[in-house]
Order: sequence, then C-alpha cells, then structure tokens
Amino acid sequence: MTRPFRLALLTTTLLAGAAQAQEPVTLTIESWRNDDLAIWNDVIIPAFEAQHPDINVEFAPTAPAEYNAALNSKLQAGSAGDIITCRPFDASLELFNNGQLADLSDLPAMANFSDVAKSAWQTDDASATFCVPMASVIHGFIYNRTAFEELGLEEPTTVDEFFAVLDAIQEDGTYIPMAMGTNDQWEAATMGYQNIGPNYWKGEEGRQALISGTQKLTDPQWVQPYEQLARWKDYLGDGFEAQTYPDSQNLFTLGRAAIFPAGSWEISVFTPQIAGAFEMGAFPPPVPAEGDTCYISDHTDIGIGMNAATPNPEAARTFLDWVGSPEFANLYGNALPGFFPLSNAEVTLEDPLAQEFISWRDECESTIRSTYAILSRGTPNLENETWNASANVIRGTETPADAAARLQQGLDSWYTPAQQ
Amino acid sequence: MTKRPIRWHIAVFLAPAVLVYTAIMIIPLFGTLNLALYGEEGFRGLRNFRTLLGDPLWSDAFWNALGNNVWFFVIHMLVQNPIGILLAALLSSPRLRLAAVYRTAIFVPTILSFVIVGFVWKLILSPLWGIAPSMLDAVGLRGLFAPWLGQEGSALTTLALISVWQFVGIPMMLIYAALLSIPDEVLEAAEMDGITGWSRFWKVQLPLILPAIGIISILTFVGNFNAFDLIYVSQGALAGPDFATDILGTFLYRTFFGFQLQLGDPHMGAAIATAMFLIILVGVCLYLFGIQTRLRRYQF
Repeated sequence: MTRPFRLALLTTTLLAGAAQAQEPVTLTIESWRNDDLAIWNDVIIPAFEAQHPDINVEFAPTAPAEYNAALNSKLQAGSAGDIITCRPFDASLELFNNGQLADLSDLPAMANFSDVAKSAWQTDDASATFCVPMASVIHGFIYNRTAFEELGLEEPTTVDEFFAVLDAIQEDGTYIPMAMGTNDQWEAATMGYQNIGPNYWKGEEGRQALISGTQKLTDPQWVQPYEQLARWKDYLGDGFEAQTYPDSQNLFTLGRAAIFPAGSWEISVFTPQIAGAFEMGAFPPPVPAEGDTCYISDHTDIGIGMNAATPNPEAARTFLDWVGSPEFANLYGNALPGFFPLSNAEVTLEDPLAQEFISWRDECESTIRSTYAILSRGTPNLENETWNASANVIRGTETPADAAARLQQGLDSWYTPAQQ
Repeated sequence: MTKRPIRWHIAVFLAPAVLVYTAIMIIPLFGTLNLALYGEEGFRGLRNFRTLLGDPLWSDAFWNALGNNVWFFVIHMLVQNPIGILLAALLSSPRLRLAAVYRTAIFVPTILSFVIVGFVWKLILSPLWGIAPSMLDAVGLRGLFAPWLGQEGSALTTLALISVWQFVGIPMMLIYAALLSIPDEVLEAAEMDGITGWSRFWKVQLPLILPAIGIISILTFVGNFNAFDLIYVSQGALAGPDFATDILGTFLYRTFFGFQLQLGDPHMGAAIATAMFLIILVGVCLYLFGIQTRLRRYQF
C-alpha cells in the first residue's frame, strides 16, 4: 500500500469517527415480540424520540421460539443490541449472573414498581434488580359472545358448567367448541395446564409449597388439572393433533370456534382481525365447585434491561428510566391491550376486553406460572416437560397420573427443595 | 546431478483452499471435540459421554433420536433412491417426449428452501385448511385422512416422505448422468447378444451405474444424519408429538442452544455433536473400505 493512500484511509476513519460523535446515538432493542413491531415503531418510539431528539431507538425483534437461543448467541458474540427484552426468571437471571445484563437497581424508575412485579427479574435474595418490569399477561378463556347469545349460553363459572357449555356447543354443531391444537405443544401447557391449574393448587400457596417440597406434582391438586385437560380432547376440532397455534387463532377469529383458551395478549391480535365481525367476551378459568375462591395466572411476562456491554450506557439508562415511567405504562397498556402494565402508576385501559381481564385481579387471587421460578433450572427442564406432558394428556397418549409421575421423577432427579 | 527444485507452486495453489477449509471447518471441528471434554467445572474427560449414554434422562432421548434418524434414513434408501433410479431410467428412454420438462419439474423442489417445503406441506396436510383432506374427499376416501403430522405413529414417516419428495431430484440427476455416460456400443453389443428390455437394465446398465448409486447412498446417509431444518420448521425444536420426530439434529439444537426456559448446555451439546460426527465417520468409512473398494469400475 502506498503511503499517501494509507494516510488517506486513516484520515477518513478519524473523520468518520468525529462525524459519528455528532450524530444521535442509536439504541437497538432485542425482543421476541415481533407482533408488536408496528406499535413500537408508530407509537412508543416516536413518543420517546420526541422528548429525546438525541437518541434514536430501533426495535429489532426475532421470532419468539428462537429468541432465547438467538439472544444468547448474540450476547456471547458481542453483537446483541443495547436494550434487551427480558424473559422472566431464570433465563434473565442467568444472563445477569454471566455479566451480560447490567444491574439496574439504582434506576430512579424502579421506585414505581412493587416487589412482586420486580421479583421476576431479581437475584434470589432480591439484592439486585436487572430489568424494568414491563407487563404481565392474564390467562382465561376468550369466547365468541355472538355465538353464545345465538345458542343461549351463559359464561360458565364452575367446571361442570364449563363442560355443559362445551356439550351444548358440540350438540348444536355450528361451531367447534374450543380452538386449540397440540402440534406446537406450548398452548397445551400455557393455555391449558397453567390456565386452569391455579384453581386446583390454590395459586401462590401451591406454587410455594411445590418449591419448598411440601407438595409434589403427584398430589391430587396437581393431577386434577391434567384430568380436566384429558376431557378437553372431545371438544377440540377434527385433527387437532396437527393443528398449530396460528391455526387455532384463525379458527377463532374466523368465527368457526366458540371458545379460545387464551392469554390476554390475544386481545391485541384478535381485535383487528375480527374487525367487528362478532363480539368477544372473556371468562376466568372455572372453579372446581360453586363458591370456591378463584385463582388466575397473572404472569409477569416481559421486562426490559440493558446489555452490560452496550457502548451507550447513558442513553440506554435514559430510555429504561422512561420505560419505567407512568407515561410509558399508559401508552403501552393502551397500545397493546392485553399486556397489563406492572407499574404502580394509575393506568386507564380503554379496551373493554382488557378491562374485563384486569377486573379479575379484584375478584380472584393472582399467581404466576408454577414452572417458571426456580423449578426450571435443571435438566430435564420442568417447563419443557410440562409442554410435552400436557400435549400427551390432551391427545390421550399418556394418563394424567403417569404424566404427573414422570414430571415429579424428572424434577426429583436434580431438585432438592430447601427444607423449610 | 542437479537437485530437483522445490515445487513451490503446489503449495501456493493448495494454500487458499487449505487455509479456508482449516479456518472454517477443521479448527471448529476440533473445537467441538475439545468442548465435549469439558464441563462447567473444568475438564471432565469422557464423563459427558458417560452421561449421554448412561444416564437414562439423556440416553433415552439420545437412543430415541438415533432410532428416529435410522428410520429417516431407511425411508430415504427404500423410497428416494429406487424412485430416483426409476425416474432416471424413464428419462433416459429415447422415446420419452418432453424429458427436459419432467427433469426440471422433478428437480425444482431440491433448490427450494426447507422453510418453504415444510410450510407448504404443512398446509397441504393441514386437517383444517389443507388440500389433502378435500382431495381424498373428492375420490371418496376421506376416511383415510388423518392428521398425519400430529400422530406419533405417522409423523416421522410423513416427514421422511416430504424430504424424499424434496430431494428425489438429486439421485435422479446423478443416475441419469451415469446412464447417459454408458456408450451406445456397449448397449448395442448387448443387443447383438440378445439382451434387451428389462434384462438389459438389470444385466448391463445397473452394474454400470452401481458406483453412482453408492455415491448417492453415502450422500443420503450424511445428509440424513445431519438433518435438522425440515423437522425444526414443521414440528418445532421439541420435535413433537412426544418426541416422535426428534432426530439427532433437533436433539443437538435443543441441548446446545437451549429452548424456552431451558438454558443451553454447550458441553453436552458438543458431546452430541461429537457422537453425530462419529456416527457419520463410521458410516462413511464402512462405505469407503467395505463397499467402494469392491465396486468394479469399467473403462470404456
């Protein structure tokens, strides 16, 4: 290489560096919420950039199923974005322990969140918080209200009423009673087992007892949800074994199925797709007997944290502080009805279905998914095994008792509960 | 006596390929083998392999994946290669018109991405929107339809047949080329001796294309034991229903990168990758030393 040429290259590099310093900082957000791309780009990011013209934000989501693997690889390779959307509990805790997520305990906005909200993104002793809690999702059943009115059906409150409603829809034959398939497996566990289960294991009480070892997955309160799931089989559509999650969503939004075992996140997916073709309603998971206290899964699902290796920590903290503000809570809660802000700030939701879901927080006891905290730290992984077991039970290839025994055996192989 | 000059040009011409291949294939290969000997706490020797083969939690999954993989390979050998040979034989028939059209149509799926193939077949076979149930209905065979991809008994075979559909073009092309390379004199000589029709295929052409069939078998073997994409695209990383379609590739992916709440375990993942490498190595060696050396080659 000739000397002048080398000099020229060097000069341009230096000048480029100087030019870059003048330009606004760009923050990239890693996320699995590819469904929300439009909302981030059209609502949330413009609101932030209006207040902080010196910071550009770019939302770069990956597909949900690939997110954890992709993120781990990117963090290891040093190519991950500045802002990391946090899965709850161990997946993020591991990133923090590896020094890949920054400690955010001293972020001013953290004062806006309760201890329960922060618990999903803290070390076990709660000494460090590494993600700003963003939203929780609530499980229940979304139904086609127009179809219910047509058939003269009421929202069921007990399990017996629930099956009576399913029988009535089945008998009429116009609608598939319930839209769910077992091809993707996770719906069976998340919208099946974790949806109806808390009513049996009494929410937090059962979840804590499982962690402390005073209850086992083979106890009746943990097997009964599987027994109910096994009865669902007859009410799912023809060929549900090969039905995928998008298939189920389409069956419901096209008005071909009457009930959808759901997470509240479906609200923002269903509303625009249905576009007023029929009315939707929602009911919480039915209780085993009349008058029982109801329990709902109100799962801390999304947090947001900072890549410890970001070149722009100042800008990232500014952004995260804004995410913790009441302004963001209102913006996000209304832009994405069905993702309920965890902030203590007063949030007014406009969507009627979202209001219905959030109203259960007053009537029922809240809990989180039983397999998420602590119990999925080993191999075999309890959450993944629960997917498989729930799908097997619904397909009728494994009995509830066998499935429960297998899960407990797997858990026993690596987990020794702290004797308390 | 003059000393023979050092032939630098050989090293120079080999260098780019050797360097690139070493950097992106050989070093990572040894890196993987090395990774498999370590664990969180440091050097573990062969204990990762003992866990993989001895601990029922791991070995059940491993043998299940290996068994499924063998079945996947068997279907390919029994269906893909005979169909490939048959198609090649038909295409090389001088009386066939529009041979180029068929050849292209059959070969096209090979260049499609796995994602497209998986998605298209999932739609075709979907019990809800698929064309398969309505086509069977049209000929009064609706009763034969089942959600094949969702049933433990049929899912793996269905996927193997989808893969056969995608890749049947490769054996067809290789054998077609081998058939074309047989000189007409040989065939004419056979004809003089009264060998025509099917017996000409069995006695003259088949022995001459055996080396091509051998190559195809080994390509199929390596491809199948490295397979991952099609299963991942259509059944997900958990390879449902109930791990009925789990093959070594998906097992490796789940273990190495983690899945959902399960964190990745690079060391056990590397152990599985090493096992896959050894299986393929043994298979290729068996072929090279056991079969290829015995194949007779003919020079024309």
